[in-house]
Amino acid sequence: MTATAPPRPAETAPVVAPGERGPGARRTWVPMVVSALMMIFISLASVCVGPVSVPPSQVLGTLLAHVPLLHFHTSTPPIDQAIVWQLRMPRIVLAGLVGAMLAAGGAAYQGIFRNPLADPYLLGVAAGAGLGATIEIVYGGDSSTFLPIFAFVGGSMAVAATYLIGVAGGRRAWGRSIVLAGVAVAALLTAIQTYLQQRDAEQIRQIYNWILGSFSVASWSDVTLILPYVVVSAAVLLAHRRMLDVLRVGEEEAGTLGIHAARTRLIVVAAATLGTAAAVSVSGLIGFVGIIVAHTVRLTAGASYRIIVPVSMIAGAAFLIGADLIARTVEAPAEVPIGVVTACIGAPFFLFVLVSRRAARGVGVGDT
Amino acid sequence: MFTRSRGIPLVAALLSGMAVLLPGGAGASESTGTVFPVKVHAANGTVTVPARPTAIVSLSPTATEMLYAIGAGSQVKAVDEYSDYPASAPHTDLDGNNPNVEAIASYKPDLVVVSDEAPGLDKQLDELGIPVLSDPAAANLSGEYAQFEELGKATGHEAQAGAEVTKIKSEISKIVQSVHKSARPLTYYYELDQTYYSATSSTFIGQMLGLLGMHSIADAAKGAAASGGYPQLSGEFILKSNPEYILLADTICCGQSPATVAARPGWSNLAAVKNGRVLELNDDIASRWGPRIVILLSEMAAELKQHPAS
Repeated sequence: MTATAPPRPAETAPVVAPGERGPGARRTWVPMVVSALMMIFISLASVCVGPVSVPPSQVLGTLLAHVPLLHFHTSTPPIDQAIVWQLRMPRIVLAGLVGAMLAAGGAAYQGIFRNPLADPYLLGVAAGAGLGATIEIVYGGDSSTFLPIFAFVGGSMAVAATYLIGVAGGRRAWGRSIVLAGVAVAALLTAIQTYLQQRDAEQIRQIYNWILGSFSVASWSDVTLILPYVVVSAAVLLAHRRMLDVLRVGEEEAGTLGIHAARTRLIVVAAATLGTAAAVSVSGLIGFVGIIVAHTVRLTAGASYRIIVPVSMIAGAAFLIGADLIARTVEAPAEVPIGVVTACIGAPFFLFVLVSRRAARGVGVGDT
Repeated sequence: MFTRSRGIPLVAALLSGMAVLLPGGAGASESTGTVFPVKVHAANGTVTVPARPTAIVSLSPTATEMLYAIGAGSQVKAVDEYSDYPASAPHTDLDGNNPNVEAIASYKPDLVVVSDEAPGLDKQLDELGIPVLSDPAAANLSGEYAQFEELGKATGHEAQAGAEVTKIKSEISKIVQSVHKSARPLTYYYELDQTYYSATSSTFIGQMLGLLGMHSIADAAKGAAASGGYPQLSGEFILKSNPEYILLADTICCGQSPATVAARPGWSNLAAVKNGRVLELNDDIASRWGPRIVILLSEMAAELKQHPAS
């Protein structure tokens, strides 16, 4: 196993003050390039493979026909063009955006709360989004046009409530009280959601489908709906990746380095929540991505958030695009719920990484 | 319409006279051929109904429709919140999916009909001395006919149940004969919701459509048999299959219509969408395999005649 995971001497990444280029600056690029290549490869495979076989030349022709200003004309039949451009491409792009957001959100939460079990659903965004979606499905009339908006608002409000309760709970034990508040808020909202769902058995399958999560009906309009939130959220998280390294050492040390810990935390939590709420509003509650991608990146690429945040985004996108490829092909033409795929692949893979890294250098997950 | 008295064999009429003499049969104004106590076979085993029931609680929308169709409507005391047909049924807020024994018992029923046996419900009702019949969704038409006969026997309407079955059979065969059988099988995509859950030809609804010479594109989903015949299909597979007909059984639940289908990305390429062969079905009729199944089949047959696949 040591062959796959060569020990690196500077693994316990030194704390680097914001703005300073540390000794590991070059190391940042290697995992980014590797994960980007992985993502490109998986995306290419995804656009070429599906329940319907479309020859790669026709896939390429269809893609070129949609490059602006190129005026490329393809002889691909309209149905195949629609399959590639209207169904597969938005699925891939949407899965990429959602995967990137969940993984980056998980990484940010793990850093902020210094808790290896933190995932982007920790503060109740999933429970809130689930309640919002259920309310829309039960009371919102026939079409589900407003479903993403209800889910987004529900998710954001749940985290806002958690944050306010948690901060009121005490400044010293900030991290613990906000996590406990998150547990309580999530439990309450899930209870309300379950009650509404059981009361209206006719809609139960629709609700259940949403909660399981899926990209089966993804469209370009979903992509444009969440893109602004994802871009803003990703930019904020990337801008704060060095501060997450500093917070890791402790608040007082952060203070001596001129970092306002409370403000940084609020900004990072708000950005991660915004992005996660936008992601789940169109994808439903896909589990496991948020927690395992960041850990896998940490265990393989390095413990600094300068690496973890950007690489998690790229690797998260690659992971979810790949999971969706499996979800739509393994039992084609039937679909498999993507949450089943993320857990079935993610859990063993994560254990493998964990065990092999431990064997290699005796490092645990708790080393955040 | 539901208290049908014509077409009952003479024997039944004679027997009904005897039934009046038996305990529990007193006051029975409707004809009955059943001698109580009676043993009936339901999905939960053999159930003994001690006397002609006069306070039936139905927790299954399909069973409610069946009870009214066989003339047992006047014996029904309460139906669950989803039993919305016929409109005259005594609606309550009883929940068939999550039944509360005390709430059921408060109606003092002498027979309870459920669609799926909730775990432990029959035992609890047994202790209260209330017989329970479990009638889950029928697997095929003969299963539906058996449920009619079982309910007829349990409620004292054996003859009417038999007549209803005969009537459905003859109406179905009339509809089937009226449809010009296409030389090639007509393909359809049957939609259960807007995330592309569908039904194969081996489901109840698939068998009904099979009578009209139609077969489901969902049959290609190999795992479909394992999933009970209701797989979730890939959008791209539906586009490529280019089914001749699209049948929407999600018009009530999910507000789908030919217009919403045409607006889906890529779907305007489909022959069914271009040629107006998208049929809106009533979700409730399409998912309750009781007396109104004939309506569904005749709507489908009318569509085949009105919009024949070229």
